[in-house]
Amino acid sequence: MSQDGATAIELEGLVRHFGERTVLRGVTLSLPAGATLAVLGRNGAGKSTLLRILATLLRPHAGRVVVLGEELPRRAWAVRGRIGLLGHEPLLYRDLTGRENLAYHARLHGVAPARVERVLEAVAMERRADDPVRLLSRGLVQRLAVARAVLHEPEVLLLDEPRSNLDPGAGELVEPLIGRASGLTRVITSHDPGAALAEADLVLALRDGRASYVGPAAGLGAESIAELYA
Amino acid sequence: MRRRTALAVLRKDLLLELRTLETVPAMVLLAVTTVVVFHFALGRDTLRGQLAAGVLTVTLLFAGMLGVNRLFVAEREQGGFDAFLLAPVNRNALLLAKASALFIYLALLELVAVPAFALLEAPPRLGAALPGLLLVLALANIAFAVIGTLTSAIAVQTRARDLIGPLIGLPLLIPALIPTALALGRVLSGQRSVSPPGRWLALLALYDVVNALLAYAVFDFLLED
Repeated sequence: MSQDGATAIELEGLVRHFGERTVLRGVTLSLPAGATLAVLGRNGAGKSTLLRILATLLRPHAGRVVVLGEELPRRAWAVRGRIGLLGHEPLLYRDLTGRENLAYHARLHGVAPARVERVLEAVAMERRADDPVRLLSRGLVQRLAVARAVLHEPEVLLLDEPRSNLDPGAGELVEPLIGRASGLTRVITSHDPGAALAEADLVLALRDGRASYVGPAAGLGAESIAELYA
Repeated sequence: MRRRTALAVLRKDLLLELRTLETVPAMVLLAVTTVVVFHFALGRDTLRGQLAAGVLTVTLLFAGMLGVNRLFVAEREQGGFDAFLLAPVNRNALLLAKASALFIYLALLELVAVPAFALLEAPPRLGAALPGLLLVLALANIAFAVIGTLTSAIAVQTRARDLIGPLIGLPLLIPALIPTALALGRVLSGQRSVSPPGRWLALLALYDVVNALLAYAVFDFLLED
């Protein structure tokens, strides 16, 4: 965790609805720059919705959301490009090759083409970079998705089940890019509470859209975790 | 910056179409089929004037709607929207890129459909009418591309996108289709020297400008959550 005391993410009474259904109900927390927040909860608890709000893809319906000092959604344009999102979808075109996909994202983000080669190398995809994405295994697609998420050197990483489909070797490979070693502010959702807690500084436990626990990872006992997923 | 982003998206779209051949071949096939059906249904050796204009306009309209329906499918199904929205770019660059892609698809369609129309419906003195024909089609393509992009961006967010696209797009296209058909009727009249009537061209051009401004004003909101 960084020691400069700057706050990377601040939520105050965040509410989000989908039609009649309220998915997030008054979530409040503060995440220092360089820290890792693990978001835990059952399916449909609101984890992915929270990530999409932080990524500026969804608007909050009530409450205050501040990312990197910019209030969302009013100043969303100032945050885009400083966030890396690794979600359920790889955000890659199936009929383009890995290299073509990354080159396209590099153009959108104004990143130099040389960076594409560097991230391909970092995820050990140089040899398969010219294969269409549709021909790659899910693990290789996930590696490309990691490369895509960090291509523009974001300050905040929003990671939704980041290690899904990755074997242990690939998990180690992407560690410097999206793991604690990256030194970036990270928000991670995971269905594996043990793994998420191991790399978290703070934990947000969501139950039916409400924060049932916000605090240090060490403060969440095994009993509370079991209750959260019951 | 906006032009560079639009070029990046356009380049990606054309590359995807070249790889998959999902849109333009289907448009061409529908157009050629429609011309063949008209040829046998009307039972005439040659078409001229408003009848020829009607056949050509309807053929291009139906085939063009296929392109409209598919314009944003890859963005919706493969996360292209999210990827674009996460980038620090002007969102109207997407409008510019998609309208340009649709314009190019329509031009490619006409590259096959107009010769097929000429071959089967044999409008007299088509060679002399060609410059006027191309001018009318170019202006009509701009209207079609802009309106098609807007309606496709709306329709793709819905479950019944194949229905919603034409449902919204066709009424909006009528003010462009009427001057197109009337101008083409004059061009395809078979007279020795014909130029498209200025007032219909002016009306088409005006509709192009109005729609482009309208699209520029509202497109950002269509992408919002």
